[in-house]
Amino acid sequence: MIPFDYQRAEDTRSAVATVTARPGAAFLGAGTNLVDHLKLGVAAPDLLVDVSHLPFDMIEPLAGGGVRIGATVRNSDLAVDPVIRQRYPMVSAALLSGASGQLRNVATTAGNLMQRTRCPYFQDVTTPCNKRRPGSGCSALEGYHRDHAILGASRHCVAVHPSDLAVALTALGAVVQVEGVKGARSIPIIDLYRLPDDAPQHDTVLEHGELITAVDLPALPMATRSTYRKVRDRASYAFALVSVAAAVDVERGTVRDVRVALGGVAHKPWRARRAEEALRGAPATDDAFRAAAEAELAGARPLRDNAFKVPMARNTIVATLRELTRREEP
Amino acid sequence: MDVEIGLRVDGEPHRLVVDTRTTLLDAMRERLGITSPKKGCDHGQCGACTVLLDGRRATTCLALAVAHDGAEIVTAAGLADGERLHPIQQALLDHDGLQCGYCTPGQVCSAVGMLAEAEAGWPSHVTADLSGAVELTDEEIAERMSGNLCRCGAYANIVAAIREAVR
Repeated sequence: MIPFDYQRAEDTRSAVATVTARPGAAFLGAGTNLVDHLKLGVAAPDLLVDVSHLPFDMIEPLAGGGVRIGATVRNSDLAVDPVIRQRYPMVSAALLSGASGQLRNVATTAGNLMQRTRCPYFQDVTTPCNKRRPGSGCSALEGYHRDHAILGASRHCVAVHPSDLAVALTALGAVVQVEGVKGARSIPIIDLYRLPDDAPQHDTVLEHGELITAVDLPALPMATRSTYRKVRDRASYAFALVSVAAAVDVERGTVRDVRVALGGVAHKPWRARRAEEALRGAPATDDAFRAAAEAELAGARPLRDNAFKVPMARNTIVATLRELTRREEP
Repeated sequence: MDVEIGLRVDGEPHRLVVDTRTTLLDAMRERLGITSPKKGCDHGQCGACTVLLDGRRATTCLALAVAHDGAEIVTAAGLADGERLHPIQQALLDHDGLQCGYCTPGQVCSAVGMLAEAEAGWPSHVTADLSGAVELTDEEIAERMSGNLCRCGAYANIVAAIREAVR
């Protein structure tokens, strides 16, 4: 690990100015991913600006009925918040399906969103990886890639985004509040994350030095009927092979509105807009759910060893929507 | 870069100068001689380094010491009341909830933290109703303890010990 300086941020403005002015600087939250990267040599910042104590630890109502989640709210505290549990159960369920109790107790909301892929080549500095070292090549294309992307990948990178929370937030249409030296901006989470294209070193559209301060959830009454289903190799404490966040509004057997996002399938949390379009106005039946899932997955381009994810994603979408709509009927 | 920090571990105050690269785990083990928290994977995956950090269970291998100036830490060694073991510790002994024992201090701290979380009504991944009451079934205990690996495979007895301690 190369030596680095450490500063505890006094306020947002100075933290943002400090990191922006120093190319080798990075923000530090709880460090549950970054400290691992320091050990592995994946990240080598020369300055850490600790933002975990900035006053963003609140979950507050927004005018218009939404909820603002502060960037430093810990994953455990967010998962168990009574308002989140009741109004956005998919957010609680997503968080509770990730990591372990002791990691969730420290990991922050913004840190969860900014965590990086667990692609083994990204984490192994002895191997080529375009995300870690642009232009060095992608070892996963012909190597180990059963955990990797089936949607939206490029020949430069087939990694998947690891966050469960981000999948739920993508289904909800959350908006990320960002502070930079040029001021604040709001970024819909669907636009925060990038597909790899030819620049997989960039997970998000954030500029160096921009800091997430909060995540806003829209009012979205249908989210009270929402959930998160995660399929993985072991029962707990593992990343998703495939996951589905969904909310559905059904009236007399017909889907009035629906939100679906997929995890474990792409470089970003994947909003399943084709499936949503196919479902609006459709009967709430397994056949319709399957047809919608297949419409979404028609664009899937699996690799040699991850074709299993296509039927797995289809079946998980169907199972999740079935679970929600069975509960829906009184 | 060296920074002076203060830590309170098992009731004892300590002041020390650490390199910014030092984890909380290494600060305790290598600098303060507090070896109850164990270094297993050193990547946050095994839970052997779990302590109660400012009252909540947390891994210490992924925490930078410099970021935890002023922290209050309780290790498994600090949970006993003199010669009287904490009920979780006693239950692990009574149920053979260990073989080599290397993961045990982490298991103990994790179990103590987990019971407080359940007491506070926190649901888990396997809780059917997110807003309902929490009943610590074996399935709930296993899920909530999944951040602590045991290479000897004493899981069945660890679950039994925690089940017993809950009563």
